[in-house]
Amino acid sequence: MVTTMLAARVSPGRVGAVLGRNVAALRTGPSYWLVLLSGFFEPVLYLLSIGVGVGALVGGLELPGGGVVDYAVFVAPAMLAVSAMSGALSETTFNFFFKMKYSKTFEAVLATPVRPLEIALGELSWALVRSSLYTGAFLVVMVALGLTSPVGALAAFPAALLVGVAFGGVGMAISTLMRGWQDFDLLTTGQFALFLFSGTFSPVRDYPAVMEAVVAVTPLFHAVELVRGLAVGQPGWGLLGHAAYLVVMAVAGLVFAARRIQRTLCV
Amino acid sequence: MRAEGARAGSGPGGVKPFAELSQASVTVAGVSEQPLIYARGLVKRFGDFTAVDGIDLDVAAGEAFGFLGPNGAGKSSTMRMISCVSMPTSGELRILGMDPVRDGSRIRGRLGVCPQLDNLDPDLSVRENLTTYARYFGLSRAEARRRTEELLDFAQLREKASGAVEPLSGGMKRRLTIARALVNDPDLVLLDEPTTGLDPQARHLLWERLFRLKQRGTTLVLTTHYMDEAEQLCDRLVVMDGGRIVAQGSPRSLIETYSTPEVVELRFPDEADYAGKLEGIGRVDPLPDRILLYAEDGDAAVAEVHRRGLAPSSVLVRRSSLEDVFLQLTGRTLVD
Ligand SMILES: Nc1ncnc2c1ncn2[C@@H]1O[C@H](COP(=O)(O)OP(=O)(O)OP(=O)(O)O)[C@@H](O)[C@H]1O
Ligand SMILES: [Mg+2]
Repeated sequence: MVTTMLAARVSPGRVGAVLGRNVAALRTGPSYWLVLLSGFFEPVLYLLSIGVGVGALVGGLELPGGGVVDYAVFVAPAMLAVSAMSGALSETTFNFFFKMKYSKTFEAVLATPVRPLEIALGELSWALVRSSLYTGAFLVVMVALGLTSPVGALAAFPAALLVGVAFGGVGMAISTLMRGWQDFDLLTTGQFALFLFSGTFSPVRDYPAVMEAVVAVTPLFHAVELVRGLAVGQPGWGLLGHAAYLVVMAVAGLVFAARRIQRTLCV
Repeated sequence: MRAEGARAGSGPGGVKPFAELSQASVTVAGVSEQPLIYARGLVKRFGDFTAVDGIDLDVAAGEAFGFLGPNGAGKSSTMRMISCVSMPTSGELRILGMDPVRDGSRIRGRLGVCPQLDNLDPDLSVRENLTTYARYFGLSRAEARRRTEELLDFAQLREKASGAVEPLSGGMKRRLTIARALVNDPDLVLLDEPTTGLDPQARHLLWERLFRLKQRGTTLVLTTHYMDEAEQLCDRLVVMDGGRIVAQGSPRSLIETYSTPEVVELRFPDEADYAGKLEGIGRVDPLPDRILLYAEDGDAAVAEVHRRGLAPSSVLVRRSSLEDVFLQLTGRTLVD
């Protein structure tokens, strides 16, 4: 169903127009650049303080695929996944919600040939642009600090893009359900919980069994495992499972968001 | 019903004075037989509430068609269905010969929509609001820029072009919204209370612009609370009340049917029951602040009032207007 929807109804030009609107908005609002910059520095600061700082106390860490690496090498890919997530989420939650509920931007767009799914795709592409700016820059930092090889970085980059698409899709879906700004506190808390407990700072096998099981169904865990596997140079078939999880997440989020746009704005 | 729409000058032979604006409107010349808007038993419900209660419409190419009605009559709900942004609950609807459910995107590509409430993009400049909107319609960058420059002049917003939308005055925002509705050179323009918030000068300027659009063969559909606007712009109109169409026809024919050629407005210095004393002169309509007297001949009616020994503090004889039709049909004045 999804593929027929995509094939029959989506015009790349219109998706591009939605993306272009966001590029134009960027030129007009200078404060946006500050937000963009701070979003990039956050995971870098975590990497330096925890990865390198705490890492000095922890010492080496054994990877599931064998071999011992510096703690910072273990944490860095997780921070990469986190920056992909937060880049995509910040665009598809606050900004998306504002455009949908307050500024009536989408309402105006829906009076043109652009369809709800095209709005969702355009917004997702834009979220991906922001997410990839973060992850691209972060990978440069990782390579510079010797936390991954250039080959590892090249392999991890597309994985980070997938993470961005997955969280972007879900972020939009969540935004369409938000009743008001107060709901965002909940989202921020959820995001922080994912950040702490997704095998980011210690391997999930060190978690209690129950928690390990819970974490295994949450999204950032799969993102971290996928990105880490590629960044440390230990690819395996298991990574495909993680990637599949993220693909499903992206498509489901996208389709759900498009539906909700239609339901709430085309009344 | 359609005859009044097909008047001289409004059809395919209409003059196209703006070479630069005229991307030939194929529709008007080609499919003029088929109504651009066709509705039968159109219904819109919001939960249990019925906002539009089974209306029939035929709007022909080149026509200027108006919706009148008090607040909550269902005008905007109808306009939104015609704009293909809101789906009918039931009934039949064809826009430009197509089905809004199946071909919504294609139809919207040929419509220009000015909603009742401005929804300009606050993150974009005035100019970008136009260029960006043009891109949604698939216009090339160059074409979008060209249209934008034309429309900045149209809306008289050239000095404000690089600025943000937020600081614009209400009337300027309105003008920008209307200009934006024309960015794709639409065949059918839908304007929901286009001149609300405009000063008289801007209002008259817009009327003139709309009249020119009409002359080029563009079909106009508008809602308004201004009777003079409806009389000036519309070939044909419907009066809605409670989700139904309560009257339709040309402004003139509505006035002839529902009013008399002249109306006498009488004000009296005290609260006594003058309505009774006026009986027999013509239809009497007592309003809170004055009494309306509908008459074939206003001056004769005034003479009769004086002959009966009544001494109104002010007397005004005027031609009947749509306002009177509206009052007669809905029992309400237009306070908006
Ligand atoms: N989205 C909605 N949900 C519920 N009720 C609605 C909705 N939109 C309109 N209505 C109701 O439908 C009725 C008709 O509204 P509509 O906006 O069509 O009136 P209108 O004729 O345009 O009035 P106005 O002159 O005030 O603009 C009103 O009672 C309104 O409350
Ligand atoms: Mg309305």
